[in-house]
Amino acid sequence: MSVLEKVRTEPADPADRARERRLTDQHGRRVHVGELLWRYVLLLAVLALTVGPFLWQLSTSLKGPTEDIYSSPPSFLPGHPTLHNYTRVADTIPVWDYALNSLKVAAANVVTNCVGSALAGYALARLRYRGRGATTLVFVLAMLVPVEGIVIAQFTTMRELGLNNTLIGVVLPGAIGAMNVLLMRNAFRNLPYEIEEAAYVDGANVWQRFRRIALPSVKGTLAVVAIFAFMGAWDDFLWPLIVLSDPSKFTLTIGLNYLHGTFANDERLVAAGTVIAVAPLIALFACLQRYFFRGVGEGAVKG
Amino acid sequence: MATPTAATRIRRQLRTSPWLFAAPGLLVTGAFVLYPFVSTLVNSFTDRRTLLPGHFVGLANFRELLHDDMFWTGLRNSTLYVLCVVPALVVLPLLLALLVQKNIPGITFFRSAFYTPVVASIVVVGLIWVWLLDERGLVNALLETVGIGRVGFLSDQWLLLLSAMAVTVWKGLGYYMIIYLAALANVPRELHEAAAVDGAGAVRRFFSVTLPAVRSTMVLVAALSSVAAFKVFSEVYLMAGPSGGPAGEDTTLVMLVQRTGTGLTGRVGYASALSVVVFVVTVALMLLVLRADRKEEA
Repeated sequence: MSVLEKVRTEPADPADRARERRLTDQHGRRVHVGELLWRYVLLLAVLALTVGPFLWQLSTSLKGPTEDIYSSPPSFLPGHPTLHNYTRVADTIPVWDYALNSLKVAAANVVTNCVGSALAGYALARLRYRGRGATTLVFVLAMLVPVEGIVIAQFTTMRELGLNNTLIGVVLPGAIGAMNVLLMRNAFRNLPYEIEEAAYVDGANVWQRFRRIALPSVKGTLAVVAIFAFMGAWDDFLWPLIVLSDPSKFTLTIGLNYLHGTFANDERLVAAGTVIAVAPLIALFACLQRYFFRGVGEGAVKG
Repeated sequence: MATPTAATRIRRQLRTSPWLFAAPGLLVTGAFVLYPFVSTLVNSFTDRRTLLPGHFVGLANFRELLHDDMFWTGLRNSTLYVLCVVPALVVLPLLLALLVQKNIPGITFFRSAFYTPVVASIVVVGLIWVWLLDERGLVNALLETVGIGRVGFLSDQWLLLLSAMAVTVWKGLGYYMIIYLAALANVPRELHEAAAVDGAGAVRRFFSVTLPAVRSTMVLVAALSSVAAFKVFSEVYLMAGPSGGPAGEDTTLVMLVQRTGTGLTGRVGYASALSVVVFVVTVALMLLVLRADRKEEA
């Protein structure tokens, strides 16, 4: 179940809610004005701490070359906002190519994880066969292996396959995450058996039952898998850093690290680069928050 | 429709299709997780290099570890990371969850906003804080304005490690806050009410009602965050640089793995031995947390 669904247990009647909203908490108990006040003060303080750094980065990226970015006391807003730094960062490193590489890797990761974990999850949850227990164990064990401990061996494996320094090499190790397989398995197991049984009696084969009946019923979990696959691939750093050596193949995170290492003194430039890297994910999060929170709940219980 | 051939076909399908369904997942997991895991164990007993096959050397890599100052530095820093980051990540997100628990107007906005650092890549987060904590950055500008003066957050060995820890905590707050929110939603309201009727204040209720109810979640958070903290790489790599500071004094264990094992001259065998240490400590941390939990319960 979604975490926020549990959290938001508000009074059912909307009229009731509108009337009482300002003075009561989620249990319908009164909230004192004094308490409300210090709650908002604290909330705003934490807001400044968590979102402030992003805004400061955005502000830095919009400041022109003549504006003093080191002033003390600091000036929070750019005097003459300009997009100049964004064109400059594109002149310095092929940032849009890197963004495209990140997008390719993330999109591939979404497709492989959704397809692969839905198929395997369905087999583990619904199909009876010898070796099912062993298959489940394989995924559980794989989930427990810390990635940081096997990156070197993954790198030599990629070299053996001739896939180091390719985007395919970036995608492959996480292409079908063991945890996603187990998430999908649980989602399929929670479906009532009866619907599929009816289809079975009507002569539907395994593939038809999977594709037409089971899969549409687990869309929510599939969305969680998709979002976390996208975010994981877009944000990943250690593995692409190890497997990619050719600057023309870099993803955004590796490109940013390169930019920071080479042009560390040019804060406006690095700021523009980080804004380019983070903006798509913040937009995605703003649109699909529900699934992000749901993923935390499901992932934490399993992880 | 039920001709004998169709029946045979269905039976054959029943036997093969489960494996067809599981095959892609098994293949990827086997080739890129389990095989590398086994080959890490095997390689740790060899002197394999990136371009050389390597020979069995017994425990030589592990013996070398014991005399490698860099290994002890890495182990120390990763351990310090666990000791400092985990308590903060167990306590602060719980307080934050209590703050955003009540459904007061605008609270969903605050919950989402507090989660933003989780969504951002660690590279973005690292670079944002490198700029914030810069000698001439925002934090120092503010400190100077209020008269404290500038602090070399990124130049002092210990301050740098501490800053990296703060960044880890900052990025993790929202994630664990959501986990705690789910746990808090399951605390029966009657308990709070009964305690309030008995005259218990907010602080007393926190310790006698809330805390016992979220105890198992705290153990979960401790387990998750300690494993993650021990494997820290990106924050320190970005803030201290690839070599972990001028003399490598801020190197973490995983940074050492990355530095030793990659590149054309990478010492795969030795890096694998380092990786084995990462495995062992990770498993030990999990067991430790779970055992501490059981002892407390008894």
